Amino acid sequence: MIGIAWKSLCNRWPTALLAVLAISMSVALILTVEKVRRDARNSFTQTVSGTDLIVGARSGAVQLLLYSVFRIGNATNNISWESVEDISKRRAVSWIIPLSLGDSHRGYRVLGTNTDYFDHYRYGARKSLALSSGQIFDDVFDAVLGSEVAAKLGYRLGDEIVVAHGTGRVALVEHDRQPFKISGILQPTGTPVDRAIHVSLEGIEAMHVDWQNGANVKGDGTDPDVIRAMDLQPKAVTALLVGLKSRGSVFREQRAINTYRAEPLLAVLPGVALQELWNLVSVAEKALLIVSVCVVIAGLVNLMSVLLAGLNERRREMAVLRSAGARPAHVFLLLCLESAALTLGGIIAGLMLHYVLAGLGSIFLQEKYGLSIALSLPNNSDLKILLAIALAGLLAGTLPALQAYLKSLSDGLSQRL
Amino acid sequence: MTGTSNQIVRLDNVAFSWADDLQPVLMINEFNIDRGERVFLRGPSGSGKTTLLSLIAAVLTPQSGSIVVDDVALGSLRGGQKDQFRVDRIGLVFQQFNLLPFLSVRDNIQLPCRFSKARRKQAGQTGMSINQETDRLLRAMHLSPEELLNKPVTQLSVGQQQRVAVARALIGRPPLIIADEPTSALDSETRQAFIELLFVEANAAGCSLLFVSHDASLASFFDRSIDLREINTAAVSGSDEWEPVQ
Repeated sequence: MIGIAWKSLCNRWPTALLAVLAISMSVALILTVEKVRRDARNSFTQTVSGTDLIVGARSGAVQLLLYSVFRIGNATNNISWESVEDISKRRAVSWIIPLSLGDSHRGYRVLGTNTDYFDHYRYGARKSLALSSGQIFDDVFDAVLGSEVAAKLGYRLGDEIVVAHGTGRVALVEHDRQPFKISGILQPTGTPVDRAIHVSLEGIEAMHVDWQNGANVKGDGTDPDVIRAMDLQPKAVTALLVGLKSRGSVFREQRAINTYRAEPLLAVLPGVALQELWNLVSVAEKALLIVSVCVVIAGLVNLMSVLLAGLNERRREMAVLRSAGARPAHVFLLLCLESAALTLGGIIAGLMLHYVLAGLGSIFLQEKYGLSIALSLPNNSDLKILLAIALAGLLAGTLPALQAYLKSLSDGLSQRL
Repeated sequence: MTGTSNQIVRLDNVAFSWADDLQPVLMINEFNIDRGERVFLRGPSGSGKTTLLSLIAAVLTPQSGSIVVDDVALGSLRGGQKDQFRVDRIGLVFQQFNLLPFLSVRDNIQLPCRFSKARRKQAGQTGMSINQETDRLLRAMHLSPEELLNKPVTQLSVGQQQRVAVARALIGRPPLIIADEPTSALDSETRQAFIELLFVEANAAGCSLLFVSHDASLASFFDRSIDLREINTAAVSGSDEWEPVQ
């Protein structure tokens, strides 16, 4: 029976191929959408761990999370250094990491921070940052590169880089009078850290010494050694990552910062802010999912129409089969086997297509957004989706099969068309 | 089943109509075929020949009367049993389009063996494999196995196709061969050769033969020739083709 079904399909390979193609595309689409959704979430979640509170100027929780940790968008305002000191002096606070953003180098953001960043920042499963070469900045004009920055721009230790004002890829104004020297390169993390250039807070101040009213002052610029001797205490930072001595005090601290009188501040729990982000994104996710489900349904409807349309022209075949001893049940089975083969073929082709798409997509997403999409074997939920599609395919095949069954019952051995 | 009788087909007071409230199209008081007999059934188209064949092949069920084929009372069979009965005991040849276009000649001939254990067993009983039996039947039909076996059937001429269909009807030696106008698509020369081949092999296999045609000139080849209008007491004048009620 399987042999007959196979030969019958081969005989009508153009339509069979189209049906397989339609199913494979829908399978690939739904798997890829699912994967991007899952991996994007994963990638976001991996980025912050070990941080109890994120503090910034008062805005929205999602916005704060996005610009401070994921470097998406910009801050509306800064936190004054006095507030930073007040927060760091609180008894429950174990450490703070100041983050100062707003400058870039060839499209990569420059992050001003202090050495606590390398001690306390955690990503993934509470992993800390590690250097692949060189050392952490200790001079005002030292910079530590994320792995991707170093790899993409081909920088080595000791190279000098010029930082540009603003975050655009095309720099309009460059802080070219005070170049930075690369002192260290970090190991890859799969987070936005890979795409950042880390300098000290003092370095951020230093490059703005000659910067007045949004432009460089005329002249050759201040000599670096003169700048080193200046007081480079920052006046403000963009955001703070705060670690507490005990997680139990997190809500009390959050409340204290949110009601801080000297300056309107916002403290968010990374997990809660992420959740808010998911709620926001889930509308789009659902829309994508609905579209993919519709594509799957379209694929199955196509399968059904291919089989149904084939029935009329195959009525004679059915009669021949019946006269050679096939029962109506055999005819039913034949059609079911054919639809099963088409569905299975579609699923296998779809899986392969999915890996191609995911492979290409991961390159794009990594480049554009720093999201890491790993190629992996289908997981449980993927398998469930595939199983559901397989069952739906079989189900879609039973209707034509049933019709063939009924026709072959009523037609008997008649050769009339 | 009570022993084997001399008759392969026995019809007794059979009446058939397409629906219970319609006039019967067939009423046959008695129609028998002896074992090994070759019967020619003629009649104009629309006279109910195919209907009679369908009754004997248990495709249709009469409203009344009994039909016994190879000692099996067809009235006692249920749906699936009818199919099994048919493939086990009857080889069928139609006017044309007997073959599945997507199967090779070999697969087409061996098709009944796929569905019937009895046919499969008997095809192998002569001490030959089913493939050897297929070759033998093809040669008996004056076809060359080497040339045709793995050819798609669509490349065969109509005459070749009909002979392949006969080989399929004969494989596994069913006790009864029913041929429904198998020669109407052939020209007169191949027609006679075809019938001779059919006879020789049906004889060798010990099959009875019920051969239907409207071409009365073939009647002389057969043991017995019957005009359906002589035995059908239902007065159907019709030249209308009878379509099954769907």
